[in-house]
Amino acid sequence: MTVLIDKNTKILIQGFTGKMGSFHAEEMIKYGSNIVGGVTPGKGGLKHLNLPVFNTVKEAVNQTGASASILFVPPAFAADSAMEAADAGIKTCVAIVDGIPSHDMIKIKRYMRRYSRIEKMTLIGPNCAGVISPGKAMLGIMPGHIYKEGRVGIIGRSGTLGYEAAQQLKNLNIGVSTSVGIGGDPINGSSFKDILEKFEKDEETDAVLMIGEIGGPQEVAAGKFAKENMKKPVIAYIAGLTAPKGRVMGHAGAIVSAYGESAVEKVELLKECGVTISKNPSVMGETVKAALNGKTS
Amino acid sequence: MDIHEYQAKKILSGFGVTIPRGGIAYSPENAENKARELGGSKWVVKAQVHSGARGKAGGIVLCNSPLEVAQATDKLLGKKLVTNQTGPIGKIINRVYIEEATDIKKELYLGLVFDRGSESIMVVASTEGGMSVEEISKEKPETIIRSKIEVAVGMQQFQAREIAFGLGIDPKLISRMADTIIGCYRAFSELDATMVEVNPMVISNQGQILALDCKMSFDNNALFRRSQVSELRDKTQENPNEVYASDRGLNYVSLEGNIGNIINGAGLAMASMDMIKLAGGEPANFLDVGGGATPEKIVKAFKLISMDEKVKVILVNIFAGINRCDWVAEGIVQALDKIDIKVPLVIRLAGTNVEKGNKILKDSKINYIEANTLEDAANKAVKALGK
Repeated sequence: MTVLIDKNTKILIQGFTGKMGSFHAEEMIKYGSNIVGGVTPGKGGLKHLNLPVFNTVKEAVNQTGASASILFVPPAFAADSAMEAADAGIKTCVAIVDGIPSHDMIKIKRYMRRYSRIEKMTLIGPNCAGVISPGKAMLGIMPGHIYKEGRVGIIGRSGTLGYEAAQQLKNLNIGVSTSVGIGGDPINGSSFKDILEKFEKDEETDAVLMIGEIGGPQEVAAGKFAKENMKKPVIAYIAGLTAPKGRVMGHAGAIVSAYGESAVEKVELLKECGVTISKNPSVMGETVKAALNGKTS
Repeated sequence: MDIHEYQAKKILSGFGVTIPRGGIAYSPENAENKARELGGSKWVVKAQVHSGARGKAGGIVLCNSPLEVAQATDKLLGKKLVTNQTGPIGKIINRVYIEEATDIKKELYLGLVFDRGSESIMVVASTEGGMSVEEISKEKPETIIRSKIEVAVGMQQFQAREIAFGLGIDPKLISRMADTIIGCYRAFSELDATMVEVNPMVISNQGQILALDCKMSFDNNALFRRSQVSELRDKTQENPNEVYASDRGLNYVSLEGNIGNIINGAGLAMASMDMIKLAGGEPANFLDVGGGATPEKIVKAFKLISMDEKVKVILVNIFAGINRCDWVAEGIVQALDKIDIKVPLVIRLAGTNVEKGNKILKDSKINYIEANTLEDAANKAVKALGK
């Protein structure tokens, strides 16, 4: 059992026939992901990349048995697509798109409250690189080849900083069980804590690297969760030491507006929760290695 | 996106919030006429810049005659107002707002923001208006009233009433205050705002509830559907390099240091800046060219950085994911062919096709320092400063 996806997970591409959807569908297929078709309203019945295109997610789920989807639709329509996926019974949905209004994100999350815990879709993102379980499946836009198969879980907001971490681990011969990009927006589908919870239960994960940044309460909430509920070691790096207060640093959510949201404060609060801190971004791999060794010795 | 006080007031008044009478002026003569039009015996001239704390910086002047209004306007227009929020360069005053003076009986605070923890809209109020919310929470935290509003159903009358009663105001004013709070909530929720602040919200000696100073910020991601808001953007209030960048799809924040950065991805950009700081340097900017880092974006990024005179070294850090280092390297070579860079350049490439990328750079004629890791890049950039 892996976190969120495995080799057999049937995946739909929402926004399949567009440029982004087509390009990344091909990349995912090459990686070995089980893409079973896609949805583009108005193009149902056509074939694209030798796969069926459907008008609605419901129809696609009925015909293919898909349980996961990935969104490549423009920000203005993304909330609608995510809710359509939830309603059609999709269990894991990744929203890559950057630029969804915060009010729309809240709307999606309120909409999903109608589902019971078991029925409810896990939304990953938006503004993220997606999910990869190396050697099994990729539901995202990351370069699959930089991830080595292994037993460390990664949760991060940033795409490229996550790649940096995966490469540092690979250089130390450490592999990744699953890497989850939760995205850089202020309101997101799944929080650090939501994914930590999944990693704690995952038999294929021994430790978790959390790559956070300035802004918002999620990293600290995850630290508290780890302290109270986790046996597996958690290692964290928080980016944005030099970020001035009140400025948005690229990610819509990367803004320090309250106490506990700066990098220095988050690091202090995480230390109090017993989380191992990677002092700087170039030693994320080494810090994970040390934590793993500490555990086995 | 931020807007001016007078614009925020106009928006809020459309949602039933009472504001003092006033008008905008672009010249002393204009201002004098506005004062006469408004009538009365006292006026306030308020510099319109995107910043709080304008009063302490001399941006708000109380005047006793239309002539004084003209004189105050003359002094303010064209000047750069430096407040504790603008940074040392300050922000230019291109217009002033002339407002009738209000007889203040009581100053209150009202603010609305997104609460990221509960993913709802948080209304914050206090009896201690006139101070910043940070000061209130430090000095008078017991006066703060918080109310989380469920966005799916919106703010209810009872929630607004509870806040109004909590503020201890005259019972006769409760219903008017509740309407005012709900008006602010509706403006926030219907216009995709990220912040509404009325500070102070005053009760006048005449028993009116007035929004004396207002601030509003909006979700940049929602501007596509809020044309009435997006047209209020005032680029003169933004850093010119930041305007240049945002108009070209680059994420850029100007900072105080002297090491310029070109990086792909916001997280990696922040991490690289952290490394610069740890190596003993200071970043001149935050710049994310996007995860894809296309050659066109790289050219624009070099142009942008070359416009910043503070920059003494440039650090390029690209982790090629779905794109490839050889494309990125070609982008860099193209950029340097078009733009003359006179400062040392440190380049670190990583990810897909890194060997090919580094070979392209080596074979080109560009003069640069190669770095292999994040740490190596930061150390070499700081070292290059000394040369």
